[in-house]
Amino acid sequence: MKIGIVCPYTWDVPGGVQAHIRDLAEALIADGHDVSVITPAAEDAPLPSYVTSAGRAVPVPYNGSVARLAFGFLSANRVRKWIREGRFDVLHVHEPAVPSLGVLACWVARGPIVATFHASYERSRAMSVAAPMLQSALEKINARIAVSDAARRTLVEHLGGDAVLIPNGVTVSRYAEATPLPGWGPDGGVIGFLGRMDEPRKGLPVLLEAFSLLAPERPGLRLLIAGPGDHDDVLDRVPKQYRDRVGLLGMVSEADKVRAYHSVDVFCAPNLGGESFGIVLTEAMSAGAPILASDIPAFRRVLGGGQAGALFATGDAAALAEEAARLLDDPGRRAKLSDEARHAVRKYDWSTVARDVLRVYETAAAADAGVVEDVA
Amino acid sequence: MTTTLILAIGVLVVLASVYVSWRAGRLDRLHIRLEAAQAALDAALLRRAAVSLELAGSRILDPATSLVLAAAAHEARTSGPEEREHAESDLSKTLRAVVDQERFDEKLTEHLAGPALMKELDTAVAKVVYSRRFFNNAVAVTRRAQRRWLARTLRLAGHTDYPQFFEIDDAPPESLAAE
Repeated sequence: MKIGIVCPYTWDVPGGVQAHIRDLAEALIADGHDVSVITPAAEDAPLPSYVTSAGRAVPVPYNGSVARLAFGFLSANRVRKWIREGRFDVLHVHEPAVPSLGVLACWVARGPIVATFHASYERSRAMSVAAPMLQSALEKINARIAVSDAARRTLVEHLGGDAVLIPNGVTVSRYAEATPLPGWGPDGGVIGFLGRMDEPRKGLPVLLEAFSLLAPERPGLRLLIAGPGDHDDVLDRVPKQYRDRVGLLGMVSEADKVRAYHSVDVFCAPNLGGESFGIVLTEAMSAGAPILASDIPAFRRVLGGGQAGALFATGDAAALAEEAARLLDDPGRRAKLSDEARHAVRKYDWSTVARDVLRVYETAAAADAGVVEDVA
Repeated sequence: MTTTLILAIGVLVVLASVYVSWRAGRLDRLHIRLEAAQAALDAALLRRAAVSLELAGSRILDPATSLVLAAAAHEARTSGPEEREHAESDLSKTLRAVVDQERFDEKLTEHLAGPALMKELDTAVAKVVYSRRFFNNAVAVTRRAQRRWLARTLRLAGHTDYPQFFEIDDAPPESLAAE
């Protein structure tokens, strides 16, 4: 298929939507499809061969913060030209409710259009003004995808209508191999955590409490924590004599994150809820880390009901400590969980996710003769 | 002797009260002027937001530009007193980003209603700049008068609040000839 993908945010600034589009495009290309991506980008930004620049994004206040967006007649003309020359079978716009290239593409094109909604808001003032203005552009969309339940709910509340749910994928191969971080495991005693330290729903305090329970009888036990947040707030929750066994990495690079997954004997996800999917879990699974996660529905589903990772009663530090002790004492079980995780995560690999997206493309394009410029 | 003293004191009292009531009257006039300036500023800001919304809804612009502009105008119009300076500054920034696009004028004149709307926007933007300056002048003068020893001791300002400046970024788009 000839696929045109529209990215609303500037390519040279890292972000979830950009990463999603990159991974999707590369998975589709690997599957033999002809993909072209149009995106705002800085003039000197290095772009992959499948990416076309629509020019620079302009910083404007939008929805409570400053966003870098591409709007205006010039951007619209570039998208128009790209659509005319691309002769796509299907057009895939991302975040068409954001005032950027996505809505412009809907405006200037006609034919099979698929849209993916990423963002979720509790309430958006900008969106409520925008809804009527977006109507004519959004009415051209044949098929809608939401990446999470929260994004789907936002879409239903603000714009009406429904969408199919296709979650983000994980590029399993990117996590599969890495050298452990110097000074860390796996040595039979390292428990790892990744996520915002100060976000209560990520559940770090539960893990710290469990650590404090286990530390006295296990001198080799150490905690490796990666993620943004205040270090002192974390250490305050651990008895003084065990604090030197807690390693705080802070924000880590993408490469160090992969290495961190390979530096632990048990990867712990003690979330208290609110997680709709668990991208961190699928990354840890791709790295083959033995997983110990709280028994929330999303994790239970990703871990195949406990097959691909151990589960403990959500929020229960004693249960976490007990299960962690059992895992640390049983290398055989850890190896088995690791194998099962690597196997189970294939379902969430981008190649699988891209196949689902492709089915949506085919459904949308079935009755149409391709994407053309809308001259009206 | 006593009569002269009483007379002198009486004259002094009369003079003092004339002076005080003159100061109080001046402060009162300043407060009235401040209120008028505030009403003018409020009208100018509302008018700028209204013209922005009309331009956004006119179908002259592309939908992305319309959205950015409509969102900013809506925020400005509906913001509470605490957020207003921030929201109005955001609208100024957005107007600059929108109007200073390359070939914006050219595109706008292609439409029947374009030039008239641009003229209205130009006026509205300029009036925000003017009315804010006049308002802040009135604030400064009133503040000085309220801070004087006599006004503070005798509470000549009564229950009126100490006036606050209205500080926003109101720099107009380059292509609009304000100032």
